[in-house]
Amino acid sequence: MTVESTAARQPRRSAGTKSTAGKRTTAKKPPSNEPELVQLLTPEGKRVKNAEYDKYVAGITPEELRGLYRDMVLTRRFDAEATSLQRQGELGLWASLLGQEAAQIGSGRATREDDYVFPTYREHGVAWCRGVDPTNLLGMFRGVNNGGWDPNSNNFHLYTIVIGSQALHATGYAMGITKDGADSAVIAYFGDGASSQGDVSEAFNFAAVYNAPVVFFCQNNQWAISESNEKQTRVPLYQRAQGFGFPGVRVDGNDVLASLAVTRWALERARRGEGPALIEAWTYRMGAHTTSDDPTRYRHDDERQAWEAKDPILRLRRFLEASNHADEGFFAELETESEALGKRVREAVRAMRDPDRFAIFENVYADGHALVDEERAQFAAYQASFADAEGV
Amino acid sequence: MAAEKMALAKAINESMRRALEADPKVVVMGEDVGKLGGVFRVTDGLQKDFGEDRVIDTPLAESGIVGTAIGLALRGYRPVVEIQFDGFVFPAYDQIVTQLAKMHARSLGKVKLPVVVRIPYGGGIGAVEHHSESPEALFAHVAGLKIVSPSNASDAYWMMQQAIQSDDPVIFFEPKRRYWDKGEVNTEAIPGPLHKARVVREGTDLTLAAYGPMVKLCQEAAAAAAEEGKNLEVLDLRSVSPLDFDAVRASVEKTRRLVVVHEAPVFFGSGAEIAARITERCFYHLEAPVLRVGGYHAPYPPARLEEEYLPSLDRVLDAVDRALAY
Repeated sequence: MTVESTAARQPRRSAGTKSTAGKRTTAKKPPSNEPELVQLLTPEGKRVKNAEYDKYVAGITPEELRGLYRDMVLTRRFDAEATSLQRQGELGLWASLLGQEAAQIGSGRATREDDYVFPTYREHGVAWCRGVDPTNLLGMFRGVNNGGWDPNSNNFHLYTIVIGSQALHATGYAMGITKDGADSAVIAYFGDGASSQGDVSEAFNFAAVYNAPVVFFCQNNQWAISESNEKQTRVPLYQRAQGFGFPGVRVDGNDVLASLAVTRWALERARRGEGPALIEAWTYRMGAHTTSDDPTRYRHDDERQAWEAKDPILRLRRFLEASNHADEGFFAELETESEALGKRVREAVRAMRDPDRFAIFENVYADGHALVDEERAQFAAYQASFADAEGV
Repeated sequence: MAAEKMALAKAINESMRRALEADPKVVVMGEDVGKLGGVFRVTDGLQKDFGEDRVIDTPLAESGIVGTAIGLALRGYRPVVEIQFDGFVFPAYDQIVTQLAKMHARSLGKVKLPVVVRIPYGGGIGAVEHHSESPEALFAHVAGLKIVSPSNASDAYWMMQQAIQSDDPVIFFEPKRRYWDKGEVNTEAIPGPLHKARVVREGTDLTLAAYGPMVKLCQEAAAAAAEEGKNLEVLDLRSVSPLDFDAVRASVEKTRRLVVVHEAPVFFGSGAEIAARITERCFYHLEAPVLRVGGYHAPYPPARLEEEYLPSLDRVLDAVDRALAY
């Protein structure tokens, strides 16, 4: 299948349209092969028309396009710096987003300030879009805290490590928006692995039953650590929405423009009171699951190379250059900015001090707890006993 | 009409009604809590008076109920969640343990989750499997949760008020076999602190410590023992986490003997924790080891056998005799 023919096809919305999707669920043809997806920019950087989704990016300016490019480049630079910092022993772990920049920046830039975001632990690009300082993301990976930012400052919830739990929190939050009579929306991120969790299915169902303004954004990066799509599902994930009674769309997750357009569509209909939607962003985890993972044990490098040709940053650069939307000066300036960001992150991480040991007992409860008070006092006495012994 | 005699279930109902009236952010949610009023009628009439937006019938998915309650709390609501029966809480256990309990700490105090999870618990009503269990110890082990269990109508009313006002998640264990027990409730009283125990019968020879459904049993045991000339003190712990060890200690320093009674299995139960801590604190006051009366290390039995499994008057008195024999 050529890229053009893929792009020209209509997305199969699971609600309202008569679907031919059944064909894809047969055992003969695994769901991950040759997906049909919404694409506005081909890997070669060519803009293709899409009758349904063009209107969501119709007014986009060259400046905004350069902004998306800048977001992706800086996010990738930050991510690379974090991986290096893990290798240098400054971080205990890092979960790289390499390859998923377009899905995250496109969807993240579709959100409004009053929308609320529920991430997994890999949404560094979305955090960037929400204005969370990237250095704040690193505290938990360094081991100085379990989430170092105020979720309400940027309407960006803490990273959630238990797979899929946040889909329910997002749904509950969206139910609250409805009760408040507000026109904000919520976006819940999760991955192909999380799609197997009961909490995700329960979230789909609650969202549908209460018509909650929540967009479920699944980044299908093909691998749940070592388990491929075939181990998670027998139907394309976006088609699951149909069974719950709301639309599902598969978008090219390496196409920032398409990710932006489809997420705008979903958020806008949620704000209008039309309920939830599921977006499956078809993308690829170019790196390991985390810095502790070894992908050579379960996947071939030729697969990675095939996805390299579909790189999200490269295709937007090609488009910007071909349309004369960005000149050499822009790219050079961005290169300088990237290096400055890397340096800032590096210095910030190295300057992060270990928390005070009594932080163990902080914020266990909002209204206090007698046992915590008692154990803190015991811990203090124990610590003090060393000070006495040393004559300090 | 400040003081009124009402059943324990009705007291909880009245307490939720008061909270719904006082604070528009309070919502009640769970399975069958709407038109039906809950399988025990604890939410009876609330949906009729406060509407489907505030008294919410949910899909039958406990993890979904607690998970969405967390989301509502993040939005500023104060959800009061009903888990229909003790044995059905486990699909929600993950959300309660990994999310509800920890979010305040992992947000460095920036997020508060004022969620009450109501669980009718315990046996003695001749129910089928999964309808008679006492899982409180499984929650007490988790930092970030508070666990309480009222034994009477007045406590049920006031402890529910305080649980809803708490900025911490509270697991509210309701003694289902006592739902229909009536007691005086003064809705204008000034309640004591939520997590303080109360001496419900003064005594000198031995302390019986219990909470929830077992307080009444201990009072009956103390009355029976009194006929034999034994003067037992009965302590209603009211709260399992935090547990009022100061009150237990004060009582044991007076009586020098302690028997803890709960329906939950004895093994790793709250009685084990009480025994360990009281032994540490009152070692030289104790005349006997702390004894425990509770369920066995076996699945909750079929209803026809539950009287053998549950602490009974005679089993409590047997433990009292053994403790006094030291």
